[in-house]
Amino acid sequence: MSTVATLLGELTPAYWQSTLVRVLIIGILVPTGALILAIVFLFKVMAWMQSRLGPYEAGPKGLLQLVAEVGKWLQKEDLIPQGADKIVFKAAPFIILASTFVLYAAIPAGPDPAIAANVPTGIYFILAVSSVSVIGVLMAGWASSNKYALIGGIRAAGQLIAYELPMVLAAVGVVVLAGSLNLQDIVHAQAGFFAFGDWGPALPFIVVQLPLFIVFMSAVQAELTQAPFDMPIAESEIVSGYQVEYSGFRFLVFFLAEFATAFGFAAIVSTLFLGGWYLPIPGLADDLQSGWWYLLGPIILFTKVMIVSFIIFWVRFTYPRFREDQLQKLAWKWLIPISLVWITVTSVAVVVWQ
Amino acid sequence: MTAIVPDSQQRAYVAAKAADARVNLEFESEGMTLNIGPQHPATHGTLRIVAKLDGEQVTSCEPVPGYMHRGYEKLSEVRTYPQVTTLVNRLDWVGSFANEVPFILAAEKLMDVEAPPRAQHIRTILFEMSRLANIVLFLGDLGAQMGGVTAVFYGFRDREFVLNQIEAVTGGRFHPNFDRIGGLKDDLPKGWIAETKVAMKKVADFCDEIEDLLIANEIFQLRSRGVGVIPADIGLSYGLSGANLRASGVDWDTRRDNCAPGLVYDKVDWKVITHPDGDCFARCWVRLQEVRESVRICEQLLDTVPAGPIMAKVPRIIKVPEGESYVETENPLGVMGYYVVSKGDLNPFRLKIRTPSFNNISVVPWVARGVYVPDVITILASLYFILGDIDK
Amino acid sequence: MADFPGKGLIKGLGVTFGEMVKTLKPDSMGGGPVTVQYPHEKEEPVTRARGVIALHEENCTACMLCARECPDWCIYIEGHKYLAPPRREGGKPRQKNALDRFSIDYSLCMFCGICVEVCPFDALFWSPEFEFSEVKIADLLHDKTRLGEWMETVPDFEPYEAGSEAKVKKVPPRP
Repeated sequence: MSTVATLLGELTPAYWQSTLVRVLIIGILVPTGALILAIVFLFKVMAWMQSRLGPYEAGPKGLLQLVAEVGKWLQKEDLIPQGADKIVFKAAPFIILASTFVLYAAIPAGPDPAIAANVPTGIYFILAVSSVSVIGVLMAGWASSNKYALIGGIRAAGQLIAYELPMVLAAVGVVVLAGSLNLQDIVHAQAGFFAFGDWGPALPFIVVQLPLFIVFMSAVQAELTQAPFDMPIAESEIVSGYQVEYSGFRFLVFFLAEFATAFGFAAIVSTLFLGGWYLPIPGLADDLQSGWWYLLGPIILFTKVMIVSFIIFWVRFTYPRFREDQLQKLAWKWLIPISLVWITVTSVAVVVWQ
Repeated sequence: MTAIVPDSQQRAYVAAKAADARVNLEFESEGMTLNIGPQHPATHGTLRIVAKLDGEQVTSCEPVPGYMHRGYEKLSEVRTYPQVTTLVNRLDWVGSFANEVPFILAAEKLMDVEAPPRAQHIRTILFEMSRLANIVLFLGDLGAQMGGVTAVFYGFRDREFVLNQIEAVTGGRFHPNFDRIGGLKDDLPKGWIAETKVAMKKVADFCDEIEDLLIANEIFQLRSRGVGVIPADIGLSYGLSGANLRASGVDWDTRRDNCAPGLVYDKVDWKVITHPDGDCFARCWVRLQEVRESVRICEQLLDTVPAGPIMAKVPRIIKVPEGESYVETENPLGVMGYYVVSKGDLNPFRLKIRTPSFNNISVVPWVARGVYVPDVITILASLYFILGDIDK
Repeated sequence: MADFPGKGLIKGLGVTFGEMVKTLKPDSMGGGPVTVQYPHEKEEPVTRARGVIALHEENCTACMLCARECPDWCIYIEGHKYLAPPRREGGKPRQKNALDRFSIDYSLCMFCGICVEVCPFDALFWSPEFEFSEVKIADLLHDKTRLGEWMETVPDFEPYEAGSEAKVKKVPPRP
């Protein structure tokens, strides 16, 4: 199997050919990830937690429900409110979707060729492009010419910007431990991270970075506008916020972007804190270039993504939401100080032990 | 002597003043008027709330009821007494049986009839069960208003146990139409008491569950503690009643203090729950504890249902003698009263319904000033109104 | 257990997780969802459930009591009088009421049950049947044949709880 790497290495496609393949893979991955998360968590797990069964009619066990829903959305009229800023209104969902697409590019699902774009500063690239969606949200909120949408858009902007900082700071702890901004290197670092000396297998960073993991998860929850941080789309207050005027295909794009982003962020959390595509399997643990990783890597990453997504959605289905000012307080008074303290602790520890 | 100012200078001065004024006008922000409702998920129907906002802060807030006015007081004037119970079922539609009771008691008072003890017992049990059906739904709905989707499903799920029992005896889940002048329409079916005891256990379990899921949740407490504080004197002067008033520390419950004849609360061991804070959390907490008390009342009453008839001797065609009477009871939402004026006819000459929700939401303009938009929703949810109860 | 910050949050997560486990458990272990998959399996309505009103036509004398007592006047009755042949030879012919039309408009009906209650001749009964929705609102006007067909579904009255002095009513023989 180690010949796979050599084979892949021998392939020297032209730049446009490899780009096309990468775009295609991501183009398939984004809707697939969104579909899987929506069906498994939004439909099924949520239903189970509320002692229901969830959709049960479309397809086996209702698994094709989302396909039916997509069909329904596509048939609906694409309404644009009178007085809306038409171009901005139409473009907003696609800007959000575009940021999701770029997000997927830098997530490693195996050794080197199994990553669409191995950016040297991967983690900061991801955190940077993920905040592009704020612009889309603001555009949607402003262009809808609706008061609820405006409040939702402004809330979203405040919230997403406030939670960029804890997210970046939480990533810093991992970066200090790994000594690199590259996501591939972070996975490699976790493959060689023996927290308890020679005893035991290589451990993921969550073992020593639990506070930052919690901070990062809270920030992810806020970034995804999921409960308890779902004020921008709070249904019972401002009736879906910036999405309120969207219908049909454009609403579908919002929906897709929401769940695809959730999938992407779950993958980032697994890469940063849970070891990414790596798992200390006996026999393979030391050989990171083994061809088996091309097969096992995506499966391991997918499993971890599902576990992280379960936590994200579990919290979403359980908690009531914060108020806008409490959300800011939480970010500035708790999450940022916690991450700063833990970064200091980590840095000192790294200097002392290495 | 007036100062002689050259024309050009004067004009420049005036122009500068005007420019200043214009700039000041432009800088003055106008605020935004937000219509929450008439169709909005937080209003349980068609209540409209006109909120004037300054950013996220509410500067003034005014409820506009009337979008669902059905004119029940007027409709009752052309319906016979048995028909009126059908209408008043639809006032507070989640705890319907409780609406019939004060009307029937008022009519009984005019006719000088008293229901037999068995009927009084069953009436009280059903009265408390409709309170359970109502407040269990409130506790679930509270979660939905604050963004926790799961609680509302638990509320609907466990209310079903109560509704099934109400349906088993009355035949109607929502609109029982079971109370009659002089007694009840029918007796209990066999095995009902045992089944109801099981249902009461499930409601008690629900209370623990919702306490873990919602009331004890730190986020919920952050959202509700210190928000929408109603002092006792303000509550009294706005005519609040029920749990909203008891949450402000007023120890007043119609069931205990002036229990209408025809309900048997004096034979049961129970206590009135109060909370000193008067904020949204206190209102929710008081209601949660009241559910537990109601379960206790029901369990005690179910053990002691006396034997006997369920109907007193009343004529087949009911004519209420001339007179006026007012009876109020402690309904799930607060104090509900019926003022019946009779001219000796088949139908009431005038029926005035004092519905608790109407008074309860009248305090909203006072309490929802300077709060944030989400707090308006919390305050409305914790004041707990049913739209049919406001608009009649 | 001592109080610590975040205790309520963890408890909340426990409640939802426990509910998920309970829903996923097989029925034999006391699990399963509380919902019923409606068209495939149906909940049995209780005997007293007010589903639809059935008419036992033979008992109806077109006395109009139900139509008058109905709070929203959704019962339409037409009848005529006729002379039936005398019971004994040489007797006087008897005057009888015949029922021409008996319709209930279920698009108006509030299901209060007053008509069933006031009927002095036991011609109206409650049936717990609830599946009679229609595509067109006009089809909700049930005429007397349609109302008569519901008689099959009327259950026997159930016995009363201990201590009751009420008499169990009889349901007439169903076709």
